[in-house]
Amino acid sequence: MTHVRYIDKTRDYYGNEGYDTPYRWAHFDEIPFTRPAKPLSACRVGLVTTSEMAIVGEPGAWDENDPARDVYSMATDTPVAKLYSQKEAYDRHATTLADVDSYLPLTRLAEFAAAGRIKDVAPRFQVIYSQYSQRKTLTVDAPEILRQMREDRVDVAALTAV
Amino acid sequence: MSLAARHLEANGIPTVVFGCARDIVEHCGVPRFVFSDFPLGNPTGRPFDAAMQREVVGLGLDLLETATRPGTTVVNPHVWSPDPGWKDKIFSKEQPFLSEDAKEKWLRRKDAYRELKGSGKV
Repeated sequence: MTHVRYIDKTRDYYGNEGYDTPYRWAHFDEIPFTRPAKPLSACRVGLVTTSEMAIVGEPGAWDENDPARDVYSMATDTPVAKLYSQKEAYDRHATTLADVDSYLPLTRLAEFAAAGRIKDVAPRFQVIYSQYSQRKTLTVDAPEILRQMREDRVDVAALTAV
Repeated sequence: MSLAARHLEANGIPTVVFGCARDIVEHCGVPRFVFSDFPLGNPTGRPFDAAMQREVVGLGLDLLETATRPGTTVVNPHVWSPDPGWKDKIFSKEQPFLSEDAKEKWLRRKDAYRELKGSGKV
């Protein structure tokens, strides 16, 4: 069996629920490409996620009613046991977000750093909201992540879509 | 997420995206993509399976070094389950994607977004 066609599935699913304007997924003909400037063992790795991370026992960064949430960051040395995901849009019937490293691989990247496969991990990771507004992602969120990564001297970035 | 990867890449930071929605990521077009044919939620390996997570993250690190052209996808070779039933059930009437509570919040955000858009704020 082949992979799930989410674009078709969601269009049919929300169409059946009465939402007749299907979401227009972003599409580009051109894709940018940059090769790493140095060996990975000399690279600092940045990490971005949509997994809406929060600290156990503390309120999350976002107002749950806000449809245009801004990027926030958290320290990558936060113990994974203290982190959890507030994300509600995932396949809750088939899987779980109970293991942070299955979507925010802080422990795995720390292991790769310890083994010398990468130099290290950036001091903070960024959480980005899957905006309704692609314009906000392009003009506000993505530039903010770039700004933080430049400040942190990130060489390459891993992005995890939950 | 894909848009952010494209922006970083275009500004000199090589990227790799980990995800489970192959059609959406490839429709957008990202420089490097590690696809796991898993339920939405675990783009870097099965929960509580450190060895698989290491392998999947390793695929992404390898890809940063080896990709020679944009739009390169590698596939996590692991199968989620011998029963592919989860692929039929996702986004079905029998199995609503969001809980009732989450759906109400989603609808509130949708309305709020419409207002923001109407007033030219987004």
